[in-house]
Amino acid sequence: MSQPSSETRTASQAARDARLQALAEFWYYFSENKGAVAGMIFVIIIVIAALGADWIAPYAPQIQFRDNILQPPFWQDGGSTAFLLGTDPIGRDILSRLIHGARLSLFVGCIVIVLSLTSGILLGITAGYIRGAYEVLLMRVMDVILAVPSLLMALVLVAILGPGLENAMIAIAVTFTPHFVRLTRARTLAEIKRDYVTASRVAGAGSIRLMATAILPNCMAPLIVQATLSFSSAILDAAALGFLGMGAQPPTPEWGTMLAEAREFITRAWWVVTFPGLAILLTVLAINLMGDGLRDALDPKMKRS
Amino acid sequence: MPLLSLRDLTVEFATAHGSFRAVDRISLDIDPGEIVAIVGESGSGKSVSMLAVMGLLPWTAKVTATKMEFAGRDLLTASPKDRRDIVGREMAMIFQEPMTSLNPCFTVGFQIDEVLRRHTALTRAERRTRAVELMGMVGIPSPEARLKVFPHQLSGGMSQRVMIAMMIACRPRLLIADEPTTALDVTIQAQILELLVDLQKETGMALALITHDMGVVAETAQRVQVQYAGQQVETRPVIDLFRAPRHPYTQAMLAALPERAVGGRLPSIPGVVPGQLDRPRGCLFHPRCAHAQALCSQREPDFLDGVRCHFPLDETGRPIARLAEEIGA
Amino acid sequence: MIDSPVLEAQGLERHYDIGGGLFRKPSVVKAVGGASFTLTAGRTLAVVGESGCGKSTLARMVTMIEPPSAGMLKIDGVDVSQPVDRDAARRLRQTVQIVFQDPYGSLNPRQRVGTILEEPLVINRPEMSAADRQDAARRMMARVGLRPEHYARYPHMFSGGQRQRIAIARALMLNPRILVLDEPVSALDVSIQAQVLNLLADLQQEFQVAYLFISHDLSVVRHIADEVLVMYLGKPVEMASRDQLFSAPSHPYTRALLSATPVADPTRRRDRIRLTGELPSPLNPPSGCYFHPRCRFADDRCRATEPLLIPAAGHRTACHAVEENRLPVEEVV
Repeated sequence: MSQPSSETRTASQAARDARLQALAEFWYYFSENKGAVAGMIFVIIIVIAALGADWIAPYAPQIQFRDNILQPPFWQDGGSTAFLLGTDPIGRDILSRLIHGARLSLFVGCIVIVLSLTSGILLGITAGYIRGAYEVLLMRVMDVILAVPSLLMALVLVAILGPGLENAMIAIAVTFTPHFVRLTRARTLAEIKRDYVTASRVAGAGSIRLMATAILPNCMAPLIVQATLSFSSAILDAAALGFLGMGAQPPTPEWGTMLAEAREFITRAWWVVTFPGLAILLTVLAINLMGDGLRDALDPKMKRS
Repeated sequence: MPLLSLRDLTVEFATAHGSFRAVDRISLDIDPGEIVAIVGESGSGKSVSMLAVMGLLPWTAKVTATKMEFAGRDLLTASPKDRRDIVGREMAMIFQEPMTSLNPCFTVGFQIDEVLRRHTALTRAERRTRAVELMGMVGIPSPEARLKVFPHQLSGGMSQRVMIAMMIACRPRLLIADEPTTALDVTIQAQILELLVDLQKETGMALALITHDMGVVAETAQRVQVQYAGQQVETRPVIDLFRAPRHPYTQAMLAALPERAVGGRLPSIPGVVPGQLDRPRGCLFHPRCAHAQALCSQREPDFLDGVRCHFPLDETGRPIARLAEEIGA
Repeated sequence: MIDSPVLEAQGLERHYDIGGGLFRKPSVVKAVGGASFTLTAGRTLAVVGESGCGKSTLARMVTMIEPPSAGMLKIDGVDVSQPVDRDAARRLRQTVQIVFQDPYGSLNPRQRVGTILEEPLVINRPEMSAADRQDAARRMMARVGLRPEHYARYPHMFSGGQRQRIAIARALMLNPRILVLDEPVSALDVSIQAQVLNLLADLQQEFQVAYLFISHDLSVVRHIADEVLVMYLGKPVEMASRDQLFSAPSHPYTRALLSATPVADPTRRRDRIRLTGELPSPLNPPSGCYFHPRCRFADDRCRATEPLLIPAAGHRTACHAVEENRLPVEEVV
């Protein structure tokens, strides 16, 4: 029986080669966008920082050094290399807090995306497939959510649920869901007309199988891009909520909450405000650049030859 | 003097897998008032070569040629402005999908007017008269009313007529038609082809017809150029080509036509057109050629006497050796 | 027994309501306005016509994707225009399969060839083991001329002709008795077209499948059809055996179609029947005979009454002029 096994071996080898080739082609288009590559590198740095926070950060985020309150960064007078980016009003090392905050921010981004993506896909596919009154009702509800400014809506939800990081994540996820629903529904409507969906139907496929195998996999590309860009929005929104005191509560080292605590020190100790703000800015920028590059690389129309 | 003169036209694309030669040293002369058909299957480079002449390829394409002249003027070294003057006024092109070739946001009258505004010095009223005249020339009923129509309100055949009207607006000396009827029904196809031939007779313009349909070629063309995988393989007058094709690919393609079928099976050509990654050594057609010999896999044949083949076929369809090859090999 | 029809259709009609809203009644489009035909095992019925003639809608009705609005449709003896129970529906679905025109849109780009071929078995033959399914898929692949290593590849790695082979293989996995082919070779190059047509002929011989072959290309139809049905704007206008239709077409539209088809022979410059005008809108079809605005032989009766498909000299033609013997006998080659 060596014949079938050699066939399957070449088959799986062919599959592996095919995957490598697809990856290589993807990288070719992605790497042309220098901004995207730079963004990706930065994101990788942040991810490493977040994963290895316990080992990379010089100190634990909540330890207070009462003798070193409001110490400036090491390159200024009064600063020292013990606290590279200075300390905050109650003596905590800013750099360590930023690194731990990275973990929190990425955590927030992931949870929000998972929640909104899942609910968005489920609602969107069923809306596009079932149509009728269900679809109309659902889309109008989504329209209502979209009509209210997202931050305001998140604030209202947090006010109802109570302040805290978990509730902030749920609230933000709710405001993102309509985007995914619309995207998925639009793609579903287009995919349903494709011949291979009809062929599956003629072969006897039921609705669940059609949605899962024929429609959903072909919707993923724009969803991935949207998810990447929403990641950065999630971080921003969580920071905004934290800044307003409705998100993560002190002493959690979330970047937005750090900004809130530092509000009064803008003139006196610029480093307490600037570094968390810079962290937010650079992370969001990097993710957006990467998302842009991802979209260009995945969009078949942008491909040449 | 030929109207369009091409020598060794080559087009290369930069792709994820390296450089791809879509057009490989095509040479072609089109005389004024002549109807030439450029025939080939997918991958033959027939569209790409004409797009290169018109300057319509994306920036990733590298176009080289030893000669690319229109009415004696060099297109390769012409400035973009000079090029734009020639293209559109003296050389025009119509495409396959009439529905997507017209701008959906503007009326048909606006689009014809735009062409006239760019290339002629007529006044507004004169342009309108000319637009109505053109629409009538291409057989559109009630042309004045149709000027205000949007492209999506027209059928495929009508849209193609509008395209033709736009393209002949400036009385071009050469009209390139890239599969103008492939997307149309067969009765409409007959109408459009007839229109093109009538216009050609009326205005004396040359017509370069790009197609994959041998029937269309037989009924319309005077001279035929057959292309395969980016190369030209045979260039002959139409009657000679159909009566006694000299290149094995032409012979095989004609034999594979359903209307020439004898019995239940069609003599098909085994294999597929080589893509970017599997170009054979020597003659590009040899892996699929019924008459291939050892030399064919070693050395690429030159284009001599209108055919690119080491052993072109004679009148009876059998391969003969070329004298030069026999001496050389 | 061998010649008992696999499919019988009588007066099939399909209407769509389009437009219409709260204050407006929807307008009715008659995509198919009454088609009757039979399909026999091992034989091919070609449906010919231009855009808007209803051939694609016919295909959808035969494959039971859409129910007919009127008329009778019997597949394998079962009347499918009436509701059927689940088991019968399942059996019926396996009897009719379809191959589409566009090789680039008919295969799921996210599924490997093996998965595509095995899907119909997974759905309909749950008792089969995975190994048996793979076996069946591989055997079918070999039958249509694909190589073993193609099993694990994705569709985008194949050419148009190869994709059509995969589509044909998929359609045959369930051993259908009827295969609907909706312009299966129109998008292919001539040399590939020949390969696929040969394959279809071989498969028909081997599996004794009935083909419903939809095409606008008359040279292809001439090669493979046993019987031909010509349609215009949803109505059948002529039905005849292949030889009869091509040697002596009777309906003026059929004659125009044949005349318009280009012939690959430059020495034969013929007089073309010039068909004037455009296809009328299906929303607003002409009165009487749908073809009368473009017909040279139209008279008052043609403008007023719709002609029925009546037998005449071996054909069945829907034309008053043919019935009244008003048409010149033209020999169209």
